[in-house]
Amino acid sequence: MRERMSQISTFWNARSRFQQWGLLIPVVVFLLWLPVLNPPIITTEPATDFPIALFNAAVLALIAIGLNVVIGQAGLLDLGYVGFFAIGAYTTALLSSPDSLLGVRYPWLVIVPIAMLVTMISGVILGTPTLRLRGDYLAIVTLGFGEIVRLLADNIDPLRGNRGFQNIARPELDYPDGSPVFTQTDVLGFYWLAVCLIVIVLMLMGNLERSRVGRAWIAVREDEDAAELTGVPTYRFKIWAFAIGAAVGGLSGSLFAAQVGYVNNQRFDVATSILYLAAVVLGGAGNKVGVIVGAFLVSYIPDRFQFEPQYRFLVFGVALMVLMAFRPQGLLGMRQHLLAYGREAYQKLFGARTGVAPSGMTASTRPEGDLPETRPDDHAGTSPRGGGE
Amino acid sequence: MTAWHHPATPLEPPCAPAGARRLGERVISSFAVLAHAAPLAASTEPWINFDVGLLIDRFWANTINGLAYGSIYALVALGYTLVYGVLQLINFAHSEIFILGVFGVYLTFLAFGFEPGAIPNLPLGFIIVDLIVAGLVGMAVSGLAAILLERTAYRPLRRRNAPRLAFLITAIGASFVLQQVIRIWRGSNPEGTIRLLPPSPVFTIFGAPVTNLQIIIFVASLAMFFVADTFVNRTRLGRGIRAVAQDPNTATLMGVNRERVITITFMVGGVLAGAAGLFYLMTIPQGAVYNGGFLLGIKAFTAAVLGGIGNLRGALLGGLILGVAENYGQSLFGGDWRDIVAFVLLVVVLMFRPTGILGESLARSRA
Amino acid sequence: MIRRRLAAAGALVAAVALVLSGCANQGGGEQQGGGPAAGAPSQPTDAVLPAGNGQGRCAPGTSIAYTGTIAGQNAALGIAIVNAVQLAVDQHNAANPNCQVTLVRADTGGTPDTAVGPVTAVINNPQVLGIVGLPFSGESRAVGPALNAAGLVNITPSATNPALSTNGWTNFFRGLGNDAVQGPAIARYIQTRLNAQNVCVIKDDSDYGIGLAQQVTQALGPAASCQADVRTNQREFSAVIGQVQQANPQAIFYSGYYQEASPLVQQLRDAGVQTPFIGPDGVKDEQFVVNAAGAANGALLSCPCVPQEGFTDFTNAYRQAFGVAPQTYSAEGYDATTILLQGIDRGAADRAALLNFVRSYNGQGLTKRFQWSPTGELTQTPVYMYRVDGNQIVTDSQI
Repeated sequence: MRERMSQISTFWNARSRFQQWGLLIPVVVFLLWLPVLNPPIITTEPATDFPIALFNAAVLALIAIGLNVVIGQAGLLDLGYVGFFAIGAYTTALLSSPDSLLGVRYPWLVIVPIAMLVTMISGVILGTPTLRLRGDYLAIVTLGFGEIVRLLADNIDPLRGNRGFQNIARPELDYPDGSPVFTQTDVLGFYWLAVCLIVIVLMLMGNLERSRVGRAWIAVREDEDAAELTGVPTYRFKIWAFAIGAAVGGLSGSLFAAQVGYVNNQRFDVATSILYLAAVVLGGAGNKVGVIVGAFLVSYIPDRFQFEPQYRFLVFGVALMVLMAFRPQGLLGMRQHLLAYGREAYQKLFGARTGVAPSGMTASTRPEGDLPETRPDDHAGTSPRGGGE
Repeated sequence: MTAWHHPATPLEPPCAPAGARRLGERVISSFAVLAHAAPLAASTEPWINFDVGLLIDRFWANTINGLAYGSIYALVALGYTLVYGVLQLINFAHSEIFILGVFGVYLTFLAFGFEPGAIPNLPLGFIIVDLIVAGLVGMAVSGLAAILLERTAYRPLRRRNAPRLAFLITAIGASFVLQQVIRIWRGSNPEGTIRLLPPSPVFTIFGAPVTNLQIIIFVASLAMFFVADTFVNRTRLGRGIRAVAQDPNTATLMGVNRERVITITFMVGGVLAGAAGLFYLMTIPQGAVYNGGFLLGIKAFTAAVLGGIGNLRGALLGGLILGVAENYGQSLFGGDWRDIVAFVLLVVVLMFRPTGILGESLARSRA
Repeated sequence: MIRRRLAAAGALVAAVALVLSGCANQGGGEQQGGGPAAGAPSQPTDAVLPAGNGQGRCAPGTSIAYTGTIAGQNAALGIAIVNAVQLAVDQHNAANPNCQVTLVRADTGGTPDTAVGPVTAVINNPQVLGIVGLPFSGESRAVGPALNAAGLVNITPSATNPALSTNGWTNFFRGLGNDAVQGPAIARYIQTRLNAQNVCVIKDDSDYGIGLAQQVTQALGPAASCQADVRTNQREFSAVIGQVQQANPQAIFYSGYYQEASPLVQQLRDAGVQTPFIGPDGVKDEQFVVNAAGAANGALLSCPCVPQEGFTDFTNAYRQAFGVAPQTYSAEGYDATTILLQGIDRGAADRAALLNFVRSYNGQGLTKRFQWSPTGELTQTPVYMYRVDGNQIVTDSQI
């Protein structure tokens, strides 16, 4: 199994970008058609609507991609990511719901950039004081932040707490026959939109990772002190990671609010935040495709067992434990190309011998557990005392 | 009537010092203006109070209640801190270890033939023996559960040199499993109240009553803490724990059996959580419910970080401070600000003391 | 016309019920606490029951759905309802060999976002003709428009937010009085019967608690002199109690559910606060009495439902089937199911027909008389005050 994975990985890395896209397009098309196909064993029906289950998985995938920037790329343990998701959802609600005291009703497309900007700013506001903390202290502070966002939504009257906001704006588009594309219950449109957003965000993230920013993040993740000493302004790049991650969180929050059409203070709790983390780690922190797979599983497993509600969270818990026991690095391990012209370099070095994984050239390709950072008793980079000694 | 008078004025204590009252009112008004000047505000009731009078009036009562409840936080926090000190692992499933202890205590009550409902009329000696036995059962249940959790969930991961995040996810998975098993077994309603010892005031401090329950819980928790502290700092096994916390590899080379140390650490944390379960059930007899540990676990973890995670004294201090601060915050801002006070306090403390009040390391606390 | 037929059916049902009640009482020997005084009527004599007249005919596969929380947060409330719905369907199917109705259980998880998927699945299932649910106001608001668009009749057994019936939904029916009915009645009781001019209103952070507290506070006017807030899942209330002690009120009204009310009242009494404690229907539950131990004694509980002594048959059957006593909103869920089953028995074969049936329905249930206004509110909603007497909840008076 591991052999096979590494072969696939090698094969993949040896392709040119165009070839990679050529291979990816059918996959994306298949994913777009999946809710229409509604394949028998995979479907979650009749217990819960299959396109909606897929849409929820896609939203979680978007969240996981954003959180992956913070956890997988920059190595910052964020347990309060749901706070950004909530801010995105609430911004959308405040700017479009009739229940909002702002009294405006902007179209969804106008709101999305505003929501992303607001969450980005809140990411900077949260990051500025807290990102000087290291490791698990950051984790608990972010957890506190997520709770504070939720509790503020509960306590501050204009945010309506449990009463919530109704009739939130959806993207306005009609099918030729005049029926709306984006509705709450017929979510094909929303699902396609979500998949397109994922593809766009993935492309942007890919470019960012291969840029100076991405390399700085990896440097921070691997050894913050060494990065600082070699001239990487670590603090600034950590704030960037937070802000960009937050913006994606805001985008997904906005998408979520539009589909449900209603937002209240439920679902923004610590438990949800922890599920996001589970999606990232399960798939393989640092691997964009991995976190999408992880997000799909975290969202899909409880939905698949919806027909037996008494047991579905038990099944989910067992699945988490089993998956982690068998693939501690995540389903797809971390994979990073640090060289700007990495592909050419691999071609030159390994092109002839396709059987060898080019792991030697990628700083963080981690065949299970043979690098010191991956051992539980050695915590360079994430432990509070990791870098300081 | 101006809006801010509505809830604030009638609460103004007749006995509060005039100065404090004026200050209180001034702050209230400025705060209320803030709360209302916001473009979003429309309702007549401000969403935040600033009731200095109530805070002063309730100071001692809040302190006493906070210390008693905070010592439960502290006992649970000790479990988080011990495991963290040794494995650098946030054991998210510890809250479920705690709630298993609560159920252990409760089921012992049932086994003794107590029934939910009224308080039984028994001689004090019987009650004390029953409580101690139930507490021991709770400790045994939690301790065993913690060992079992370590063996089945974490050890396989250690064998495979899994990264730290994998442990975190496994902890979350285990937390789900334990909660759901309890729910499927005992249902989702809280267990009926069994209460052996009703609280009665023993003496007062500045007019605030101190009950027998509060004394028992506070003193017993302190005692448990000192036993744990002595165990870690003065015994051979404790030295092993500190050695592994400081440097697992060197400790192994020096002949410390790392696996055994880890097992013992989990067991000690579990036993303390079981004791906390008894005290919790004595304070909150409605507490035996499958998801009852979650919020308390988060708070206890917050307390551990507040005091300096990995540091036993820090856990005790953090628990007590959190218990007290929550009460002050509730009196000052209103009951719905309780949890926010806890988290804001955490953020503020970490701003000034990035590794918690007492610093972090289990090993270095006495190094 | 319909009325007359119903009256005839009612008489038949009553006869059947008498027979059934005999059986149920024999089997219900393990019943403990909370039972009625001997000789109390076993149910309203003209109550319509799920069994109907046994002559129901419907197409095989005909379904109704329960949509609401089953395993999510606040699952206890959902299970109390879904059990009652199941009981009603089982009783119906046992009595009507020619009409076997299937119950679809859709777990919404109790939150707005998770409700959309299962509810959509129910909407897309053409065999589902009607819905009992959704239990919470938040999720009801989230999926209400979709249910309305699908023309799928839904009777909520527990969502009490008054605003739900103001959305123009034609398929929404509330199986109990809303907060705007109960709130003023409670305030009146507090002021006239208890003569309290200084009342503490404590509310939780749920839609239900906030909405009801608002109604009560408004109706009390200046008498609502102190306000305190608690949170869902809070178990330690010393700071709130401090606030109450300082205000020294003549009555305390708690607006929320029994899970928080039982520790709250117990800690109040422990702290020496003996002020009368009043709770709404969310607190009126056997669990409240059991969990507050002795502290619940004397507590006053209002409810827009007729006295419980009225339906021991249901209580016994429920206890026999599920091993526990019915809880808050169980009986409402049972009544709502009965109405849907009645419609199906009477030949409503599609959603529009069932919706019409419910819209023009007028019949006695266990909890109250059911007849709805065009917006889906009950036309008559008696509010009763109950009292905890020892280990039992007994009727105080209609208010």
